[in-house]
Amino acid sequence: MRRKWFYLALSALALSALVLAQGRYQIGTPLSEQEVQQWNIRPSILANGVGLPPGQGTVDEGARVYATHCASCHGATGEGGAFTRLVSEPFPITKDVDSVDFAIGNYWQYATTLFDYTRRAMPFATPGILSDDEVYAVVAYILYQNGIIDGSEPMNAQTLPKVQMPARALLELDPNTQKRFPWIKLP
Amino acid sequence: MNRRKLLQLLSKGAAAGAFVKLSGGLAQSKIPQGATETMKVLGTTLREYGERSEFEKDVIRYISPNLRSRHTGASFAPLEKLEGVVTPSSLHFERHHAGVPNVNPAEYRLVIHGMVERPLMFTLEDLKRFPSVTRTYFIECAGNGQNGYRNPPDMTLTATRSRGLVSNSSWTGVPLSILLKEAGLKEGARWLIPEGQDAAAYTRSLPLEKALDDVLVAYAQNGEAIRPEQGYPVRLVVPGWEGSIQVKWLRRIQVTDTPVMSKDETSEYTDVMADGKIYAFTWVMDPESIITYPSGLQQISRGFHEIRGLAWSGHGRIRRVEVSLDGGQTWKQASLEPAPDALSVVRFKYNWVWDGRETVIMSRAWDEKGNTQPTQEEFFAKWARNNRYHYNAIQAWRIGADGKVVNGDKTLAGAPARLGAVGRGGCGGES
Repeated sequence: MRRKWFYLALSALALSALVLAQGRYQIGTPLSEQEVQQWNIRPSILANGVGLPPGQGTVDEGARVYATHCASCHGATGEGGAFTRLVSEPFPITKDVDSVDFAIGNYWQYATTLFDYTRRAMPFATPGILSDDEVYAVVAYILYQNGIIDGSEPMNAQTLPKVQMPARALLELDPNTQKRFPWIKLP
Repeated sequence: MNRRKLLQLLSKGAAAGAFVKLSGGLAQSKIPQGATETMKVLGTTLREYGERSEFEKDVIRYISPNLRSRHTGASFAPLEKLEGVVTPSSLHFERHHAGVPNVNPAEYRLVIHGMVERPLMFTLEDLKRFPSVTRTYFIECAGNGQNGYRNPPDMTLTATRSRGLVSNSSWTGVPLSILLKEAGLKEGARWLIPEGQDAAAYTRSLPLEKALDDVLVAYAQNGEAIRPEQGYPVRLVVPGWEGSIQVKWLRRIQVTDTPVMSKDETSEYTDVMADGKIYAFTWVMDPESIITYPSGLQQISRGFHEIRGLAWSGHGRIRRVEVSLDGGQTWKQASLEPAPDALSVVRFKYNWVWDGRETVIMSRAWDEKGNTQPTQEEFFAKWARNNRYHYNAIQAWRIGADGKVVNGDKTLAGAPARLGAVGRGGCGGES
């Protein structure tokens, strides 16, 4: 009887040693990459374009998407609506521009952010209803309205990351952050 | 009427009211006439969930009447109506980007994936099984203080509208470092991209070093489940850093080698500097303090007052708080309570006898790293007037000879008459 308890205790000890091997608690359910993708319904788009889906859209197609889904809040052409301005001069902003006039063409620093945010969170009350092609198209339209692209080529995973935003020239890493994290580089 | 009869009358609430009308002499009675009524009747019964006194219903968060949508924007904690250092969960400031999601804890999952050895999914119960940590930390919106940009100063400013986008809570959760170890980090992993389960699917970039240092995956606030407005059932708590990086309704963490440059770390939560540059990743909240009593729109009388206020810093502990009673010419050291904890709000107090003469009072905090608050002029020498974030200049309150307290900030030279639209559509803004 005593021996039985001894072995039980020993095996419990062995188990806890096993569980905490490498400092792990063995809690949580492993997921396959496919299962991760089922959960990842709004994948992040990195500044280098990683994460951009297949598909594309033109300025003309974007004008139609914009009129249907965006104009009621942001104005017929990206300005003059009740909510955030999407188009505003000068490009880029200066320290004298009222922040109410911070918009995509003069303040946003990465074109990829526009795709990421539009697909992630717009339209405001019904996020997720636009197809990837529609998102590419409306992104093309907004960039065109801001004078950033000339509309000669559609926006897609190859063209969008190459679009240079004027405000990127103003963006710097906070010097205090740089001191603490010397390895950080802005994309 | 003899004295006994008089007392009998006074003890009857309604009758006492009638009596006051008849007798001018007794209207000056020092004794509140209804005060003893509760001693004659039974009170309310036991109840399963407590509520505050019905007489405290005006202690509420401030929401600007000018907001175009209440699904985004901010509500301010009513600082001058609170005591101590812990913000009641129901009055913790709010900042949402697409409303408060109603997350069912039974279906709640947190997935950690990307540059990890084992992508893992955790239920709420899983997270609660890990070793827990409880710490008191402030959370402050980067836009806190935005009303300080008004020039000339807003004379209707209160302590709430000046600095009410800060709150202080006891947070319980599992260190994020434990979860990352559980998933196993791959070589080259440098960043985390946490994502919220709200309609904005809110994301930010968080450097791995901070995550491994002191970030919590929190599921409790002040001893109970986190309030929906604060991220129920699970949020990130990133001590000392701007509130907007402390992702609420946390559902996914992607491990990467590069930051995402999401909308809320590029078009918002970046600082415009006086030289016209835009600074990214301005994460740490610099020291701040605010006198909550006496403060804007309050009224004081001649005599003794305990000046009270709050101080905090994202760099560590508050080392000392100074109070000026003469518009910043001389400074006196206030007492602190409780003993300052790192990255947590402390209450400061200073005993003062007001002689009835007009004066300007102000406070400034110093943290353990030697940082302190700038004057308005010093702040705007570094940041642009159209910047929206990280305003931490000293707030002054002017006490008039009539005892009325108003914003005591000076009108700045060289600025547009009014940058009234600062912050529109963002945190801290009121329109």
